[in-house]
Amino acid sequence: MDNLLAIRHGEAIGREQIPCVPLARFSAEMSSFIGDGGSIVQLFGHRQGSETRLLAIVRNDGLYALGTVVERNFPSLTAATSEKFHLFEREIAEQFGIIPLGHPWLKMVRYHANETGLPDAFGNDYRQETPGNYPYFQVDGSAIHEVAVGPVHAGIIEPGHFRFQCAGEEVLSLEIQLGYQHRGAEKLLTGVPLKRLPIICEAIAGDTAIGHNLCCCQAIEALAGLSVDRGARVVRTIALELERICNHVGDLGALSGDVAFNPPAAYFGRIRGEFLNLLLTLCGNRFGKSLVRPGGVSQVMTDEQRRIIADKLAEAEPEIRHVCDLLFTAHSVQARFEHTGTVSAEVAGRLGLVGYAGRASGIAYDARVQFPTECYAEVPACRNEMTNGDVYSRAQVRREEIMHSISVIRTMLSDGVDAAGPVLMQERTLAPNAMVVTINEGWRGEVSHCLLTGATGEIERYKIKDPSFHNWTGLAMALRNQEISDFPLCNKSFNLSYCGFDL
Amino acid sequence: MESILSFGVALLVAPLFPGIILKVKAFFAGKKGPPLLIKYYTLVKLLRKGFVYSTSTSLVFRMGPIVVCATALMALLFFPFGGVAPLLFFQGDVIVLFYVMGLGRFFMVIAALDTASPFEGMGAAREAFFGTLAEASIFTMLILFYRMNGSLSLAGYFTGPEAISQTAPAGALLLLVIVALFMVLLAENSRVPVDDPATHLELTMIHEVMILDHSGPDLALIEYGSFCKLLFYASFVAMLIYPFHQFGPVLAMALFYGAVALVYVAIGITESIMARLKMNLVPKYILTSFTLAFFAVILSMGISQ
Repeated sequence: MDNLLAIRHGEAIGREQIPCVPLARFSAEMSSFIGDGGSIVQLFGHRQGSETRLLAIVRNDGLYALGTVVERNFPSLTAATSEKFHLFEREIAEQFGIIPLGHPWLKMVRYHANETGLPDAFGNDYRQETPGNYPYFQVDGSAIHEVAVGPVHAGIIEPGHFRFQCAGEEVLSLEIQLGYQHRGAEKLLTGVPLKRLPIICEAIAGDTAIGHNLCCCQAIEALAGLSVDRGARVVRTIALELERICNHVGDLGALSGDVAFNPPAAYFGRIRGEFLNLLLTLCGNRFGKSLVRPGGVSQVMTDEQRRIIADKLAEAEPEIRHVCDLLFTAHSVQARFEHTGTVSAEVAGRLGLVGYAGRASGIAYDARVQFPTECYAEVPACRNEMTNGDVYSRAQVRREEIMHSISVIRTMLSDGVDAAGPVLMQERTLAPNAMVVTINEGWRGEVSHCLLTGATGEIERYKIKDPSFHNWTGLAMALRNQEISDFPLCNKSFNLSYCGFDL
Repeated sequence: MESILSFGVALLVAPLFPGIILKVKAFFAGKKGPPLLIKYYTLVKLLRKGFVYSTSTSLVFRMGPIVVCATALMALLFFPFGGVAPLLFFQGDVIVLFYVMGLGRFFMVIAALDTASPFEGMGAAREAFFGTLAEASIFTMLILFYRMNGSLSLAGYFTGPEAISQTAPAGALLLLVIVALFMVLLAENSRVPVDDPATHLELTMIHEVMILDHSGPDLALIEYGSFCKLLFYASFVAMLIYPFHQFGPVLAMALFYGAVALVYVAIGITESIMARLKMNLVPKYILTSFTLAFFAVILSMGISQ
C-alpha cells in the first residue's frame, strides 16, 4: 500500500505524480492489494516516450493508482495472485506484444495487431480474416460432443463465438471468444478532434450510450477544468437512471420470452418503449444520444418535460409492479429461474464481477454508492435482497433496481433547478501531462474511462472499460454443469455487451 | 363420399387452427396477433420459394420432408372426423398408424442428422428420446380403449353404436385419458411446456432446430405435415370429449370442428399461462401422462372384468 497513490475519480492529476515503481515492486503491491480483496478498475499499457508502462487503477474503499515500466514481458499476476488480472493481462499482451509470463491461458482478446511492432504475443497472422485460429479448450472422451455457436446468430444480436463441451445435455465447459466487433475505439479516440469524443463514446456500446458518454464528458470536464451546474447534473442523473430502467425492463421481458412465458415479454416490451420515449422527451433521442456534453447537457429540462416524466412514472410504476408479480410468482417461471446458472459468491468474488451480476452473487459494490458522481451522493442506495447468484437473483436485482431508479428519478424531478443553459460541444484545451479516471455505474455495472494527455494537452491514451469486460467470464462459469438448453436464459440474465467488450 | 369430403375438409382446415393458437396467445399478451389465416400465407410464401441444399447433405435429407408430410397425411386418412367413417380402416390400424407416424419421426431425425450440424443432432436426440417416452403413454391408452370397446381401429373407437364415450360403463376413465392425451399432444407437437414453437434460440429448440436447414417447399411440406399431425391429436382429444356420430354428418362435422377449435384454444391458453419446463423435466412430464393412462387401465380392470 505504501507505493500506491490515492486518487479521486473524476479529478485530474499530473502524470508525474503517478508513482512509477520497479516491476517487482509493482507485482508485489498488486498482489497484496488484490489479495486483500481489492479490485481492478483499469490495468493497461501505455507509451511514455520510448518506454511502455503499465498503469493500474485499483479500488477497495478508495481508488489508487500505480505505474511501472515493462520491457518485453512481466510475470503474470493471473498465475500468481488472482483471476481478476486474467483478461487485463491478455489485453496488454494483445495491445503491446508484452507477454505475461506464466499466464495460464494466454490467448487473444480481440484479434488485432499490437501497436509496438513487437512480435505478436499469440503468433497470429492478421491478414487472415477470422479470429478462430487457435486451439480451443477441449474435453476428451467418446461421449463428449462439441457445439459451436456463432459468431453469426439468429436474430438481431451481436457476433460472438461460443464453444460448448457437452456430455449429453450437460455443459462441461463453455469458452467464449469475442472480438468480432473490434472497431479500434480506443485508438480512434486519440486521433479525432475533441468535438467528436462524446459522439464516439455514445457508440462504444449502443445500450450504454449515456453511461459511456458520461464517463467521457466527466473526464473532459476534469481535464478542461469545467464545472457542471446542478440543473445539468440532475438531468444527467435522470438520463442514466432512465437508461437503466429501459434495459432492465427490456431484459426482464426477454428473460420471460426465453422461457416461453409470453404475456410479461409483451408487456415489458411495451413498457421499455415508454421509457425510451421518455429519453426522447428529454433529449430528442430514444437512446439518450447527444444529451450529455462536456460542461453540462445539450437540452435544458423544462417544467413540461418534468411533468411528462412524472406522469409517465406514475402510470408505469404500478404496471411494472403488476407485470413483475405476474412473472415472479408464476411457478413454472420460478422453476426455470431458480438454481439455474448459479455463480457462487466465492466464484463471483474471485472473478471480480460487477453490476447486477455481481450484486446477485452477493458482491454489494455499486459505483453510485462508492464513487458517486452527478447527484448520486444525495440519493439512498439500492438494496438487493436476493443474492443466490442464479438467474432468479439476477432477475430480482433488476426488478429492485427498476423500482429504485424510479424513486431516484422522482427525487431528481422534485429538485426544481433548471440547467443554466444548453451546452454544446466546443473545442477545449485539456490540461497537459495529466491523468484522469472516471467511474460511473452504468446499467450493466462499473463503466470506467481513463485518459492520459500529452505535453500539449492532446489525448495520448484513451482507455475504456465496459463492465462486460469483468462479467463475460462469469457467464462462462455460470454454465458449468448446466443444461445447454439453459444457455440462452443464462446469457440473457447477464446480457453482456459484445461491442463494449470488443471496443 | 362423406369420407372423401371429411378427409378433404381436414386437409383444408389443418393450417387454420394453429392460427387460433396464435390469436389466443396474442390475446393474453395484449396484442392483435397475426391474421387467422397466417399459416396459409406462410405455406404459399414457402411454396413460391426455391430449394437450398447444403453440399454436405444427401438424398436422405431431401426425403425427410416428403416422408414427414406423407405419414402425417396417412394418419388423417384413418381418422373418423366427427364420427364420419374414414377413408381407410382395418382392425389394428391404430398400431400401424402410430408406427407410421414413428416412421415420419425417424425420417425427420435422420434428415436432421444428415446435415451434420451439432444443433440438429441435439434436436434429433431430444426428439427421439421424448418421442419414445410418449409412445409408452399412447400405447397404454390404446390398451384402455381395447378394454373399453374391443377394437383396435380408429374407426372402431369412434363410429357406430359401440363407440367410446364418457357415458359408457367405464367412460369416466376417459377423463384421465383426455388429460393424458392432451399432455402427449403438447409433447408430440412441440408445444409449450415441452418445446417453444416461437423461439429463435437453437440451443433450446427440439422440433424447430431439426428443420433449420430445410427451405422453401421442403419446409412447407414439413410445416403442413406438423399441422396435420397436430390436427390428428386435437381431433383425437375432441372425439374423446364427445363422440359426435349420433348427429347427422353436417351437424356432427360442425360440432366436431367447434370442439377441435376449443382444443386449440386450450393449447393457446396453456402456452400463455405457463413457461417451458427445464429440459430435464420433460421426461417426467411425459411419464406423468403415462401414469395417468396406466392408472386408468388399472381402474378399468375393476369396472369391466
